[in-house]
Amino acid sequence: MQVMINGKAEEIAGGTVLDLLKAKSIEPQMVAVEVNDTMLERTHLETTQLKDGDHVEFLFYMGGGR
Amino acid sequence: MEFTETQINRYSRHILLPEVGGKGQKKIIQGKVLIVGAGGLGSPAALYLAAAGIGTIGLIDSDVVDLSNLQRQVIHQTPDVGRPKVVSGKEKIQALNPDVNVVMYEERLTAGNALKIMSGYDVVIDGVDNFPTKFLINDACYFAGKPLVHGGILRFDGRVTTIIPKKSACYRCVFKKPPPEGLVASCQEAGVIGVLAGIIGTIQATEALKLILGIGRPLTDRLLDFDARRTQFREIRIKRNPDCPLCGERPTITELIEDGDVGGPTCALPGQRNL
Repeated sequence: MQVMINGKAEEIAGGTVLDLLKAKSIEPQMVAVEVNDTMLERTHLETTQLKDGDHVEFLFYMGGGR
Repeated sequence: MEFTETQINRYSRHILLPEVGGKGQKKIIQGKVLIVGAGGLGSPAALYLAAAGIGTIGLIDSDVVDLSNLQRQVIHQTPDVGRPKVVSGKEKIQALNPDVNVVMYEERLTAGNALKIMSGYDVVIDGVDNFPTKFLINDACYFAGKPLVHGGILRFDGRVTTIIPKKSACYRCVFKKPPPEGLVASCQEAGVIGVLAGIIGTIQATEALKLILGIGRPLTDRLLDFDARRTQFREIRIKRNPDCPLCGERPTITELIEDGDVGGPTCALPGQRNL
């Protein structure tokens, strides 16, 4: 199925948001995840099933400034 | 107040704009902006706000200028190495525009001093380089009811967003707490392309001016991410989070706290490059 990840269309096997994070080697503690414009609680990463056409945003911390 | 002839001349390109005019320029002259961090983001923000004629600019920074700062912190110059950043910043601002009153805070922003310092300002600009202070600024602006223009830069990426407390999504609506220490590398390890500070810092100054003028559409409920490699901006819609620990329905943060070690590591993020 196809989902939009950070604005780009990607084919994924399906599964949960946590599965997708694992597939991309992203540490769940380092990212805030928005699915279809709603922030996901970290505890819901493994219970949220992705559906065809979902818009997923991985928002990373961006700390610099000095 | 009435403009002097010098002021009419200095601000003529603003006064010509229908959205600014004499009335708007007076708002700018009466405006007070607090810049936390006189570094990469704070430098361009301070210089453009000074040029615009912002009446009072507060600069908070406890550091002295280091040679490695000059690659991006354009308010400081080579002879300033070793001098306090707030002193160096004040000199450059006043050389550019002697009308600007610069208030120097040669200290760190803390849970103890933040609300008192912020109380005298209309808008706060985040130009700091560590997460605990970014969260502290977000929280303090919430409790003080001050609009915040948040910015961050890392490697080739930058981000900016405007937060109006109790009206738009705050930093904790997206990122509930600072990232765990040990998972983040320091800015020094990560590096940053210097020009990003100019791009993001001037957007922050633009937002501050718009807020003071009361014009346009603020960058609220949106994260504006910039990728310098592709020269691409991307806007990510965000909204107030009912589970936000600060501004949500059942807040767990009810007074100003320091969340994490300010001296701890900061800006990098494993995994980001896997996208």
